[in-house]
Amino acid sequence: MDFADALLVSIVTASTPLLLAAIGELVVERSGVLNLGVEGMMIMGAVCAFATSLTTGNPYLGILAGILGGAAMSLLFAFLTLGLVANQYATGLALSLLGLGFSGMIGENYVGTPGVKLPTLDIPVLSDLPVVGDALFNQDILFYIAILLVFFVSWLLFKSRWGLILRAVGENHNSAHALGYNVNRVRLYSVLFGGVCSGLSGAYLSLVYTNLWIENMTAGRGWIALALVVFASWLPWRTIAGAYLFGAVLILQFHAQGAGWEVPSQLLSALPYLATIVALVFISRNRTVARVNTPSCLGQSFVPDR
Amino acid sequence: MRKLFAAAAAVALGLTASLGAQAADKTKVGFVYVGPVGDMGWSYQHDQGRQAIEKKFGDKVETTFVESVSEGPDAERVIEKLARAGNNIIFTTSFGYMNPTLKVAAKYPDVKFEHATGYKRADNVSTYGARFYEGRYILGQIAAKMTKTKTIGYIGATPIPEVVRGINSFMLGAQSIDPELKVKIIWINSWFDPGKEADAAKALIDQGADILVQHTDSAAPLQVAAERGVLGFGQASDQIKFAPKNQLTAIVDHWDEYYISRVQAVMDGTWKSEDTWGGFDKEMVHMAEFTNMPEDVAKMAAETEAKIKSGELHPFKGPIYKQDGTLVVKEGETLDDGTLLGMNWYVKGIDGKVPE
Repeated sequence: MDFADALLVSIVTASTPLLLAAIGELVVERSGVLNLGVEGMMIMGAVCAFATSLTTGNPYLGILAGILGGAAMSLLFAFLTLGLVANQYATGLALSLLGLGFSGMIGENYVGTPGVKLPTLDIPVLSDLPVVGDALFNQDILFYIAILLVFFVSWLLFKSRWGLILRAVGENHNSAHALGYNVNRVRLYSVLFGGVCSGLSGAYLSLVYTNLWIENMTAGRGWIALALVVFASWLPWRTIAGAYLFGAVLILQFHAQGAGWEVPSQLLSALPYLATIVALVFISRNRTVARVNTPSCLGQSFVPDR
Repeated sequence: MRKLFAAAAAVALGLTASLGAQAADKTKVGFVYVGPVGDMGWSYQHDQGRQAIEKKFGDKVETTFVESVSEGPDAERVIEKLARAGNNIIFTTSFGYMNPTLKVAAKYPDVKFEHATGYKRADNVSTYGARFYEGRYILGQIAAKMTKTKTIGYIGATPIPEVVRGINSFMLGAQSIDPELKVKIIWINSWFDPGKEADAAKALIDQGADILVQHTDSAAPLQVAAERGVLGFGQASDQIKFAPKNQLTAIVDHWDEYYISRVQAVMDGTWKSEDTWGGFDKEMVHMAEFTNMPEDVAKMAAETEAKIKSGELHPFKGPIYKQDGTLVVKEGETLDDGTLLGMNWYVKGIDGKVPE
């Protein structure tokens, strides 16, 4: 691996967990639900994936467990916000805190133990390409899933009947309801999808990114994923741009420090966040686009008339 | 799952019991940790010390701990709760607990307090810390012997004196073997983010470093070292499990002896307010096994450790020059503790500036 290859691989590794979580949350928000519990679902995915892969020795079972962990948390969220019509903001925050605490309890016995690493799947010929070969075609299955998910979500939202209904529910739940769609069922599936994606993202953290379990290892990545959804102005393809921009700035600032640039490291560390804010400002300057894409019912609970 | 809940219930019951039941003949010891006991680093090692107390005194002591206590108003509440629960001595194990500890101590003059890494004391408040930089001098020597690319990668958490002192001590150790050695430093501006620690490690390796040194808390950089086939050092605890063929040694925080001696002093009625800053000599800093290196290098490392322990060698013995060439310590003298504690400059030979 030469320098450019290695650099790209690092960027892809840093970006993939953000992409996975962001694409899931994008679907959730498109259906009109704001789940601030991404961090909590992610960390549950991480601990379940780690514990299962270590116990069984099979990282793929670990991924499955990660999915289940994230999904279970999202179902709890759905029960509280859709079933009991609890406030989505407060419930999401509580879900994050719950996930951080509960995962610590589950993971207690796994601290300080190296895990089972997810193998890379080499795509013949393509992986021998210069520069991008290793970064794009010699990756683990979660990376391929992340990219496929973006294709899938893009198709689902804008090319399928399902997507039309989902967006209708997010735009105006009363109209969707009047048309005979079961608003809360659509939202339940969306929230569940978000949980699965966050679980995958967590699995990526503990099986690929850093192959270990420590409490709180998500270190705020769930919140960055939430910001990326806004950055992407709820358009699936832009989540890729956002996630990779964020990952690239993060990795490049480390390289700048290593190369001895005379820039304060605190400023460099803040760069990924600054870059995201600047991009957000540019995006939101175009008010019509921003308004068109923002789900109008975002964060509003729906109680059908009886 | 059922087992898990049972365990949780047992822990909860145990905690209530230890706070409630107050046996008069028992010495009660309380601990406040800034991180989870499972961080495998700073808080984990303090908890090892707590367990050492239990092992040593058995029925004569009762210990309680509260983990993940943030360094704000929360700390004061937790410390006060421990004091009210009848603890005889309370260890507050993070720098940010300094003022809360003093505040509570003023209200409970009969309770003894021990604050780690701070500098403010009172009649019933002692301070203690460890000279981890002694270990870093040895890391420097080993790194200088082992590097082939003549480039060392150093991952720093945040530019506080503790970390800067470590970098300088490392560099002085390295220069004692090879005056030309270069070190690349990356600050991640966080004590705890395994992902970023790994990213920084990869960036350093990509830039030619073949030895990684870290002053952050997780085993992630060491794991990257193992994956990429370079060498590294463990931090705060022995992390050999993560890199059996790549960890050269580790600086291990070791509070057992100190904690036992302080609890003993409370039992004997001889406890008094003191400041302790100990290194190898006080058993506060240990080195993990010197491994994955030739025998002569391991021998040299062990000899240096012995020399520092006996006081024959001080990592900051003169002459020491700052980056710009000004002489800080003359030949034959050593840097005083005050300067060491406030260190915010690099020694000669390090490129780059200390971030302000």
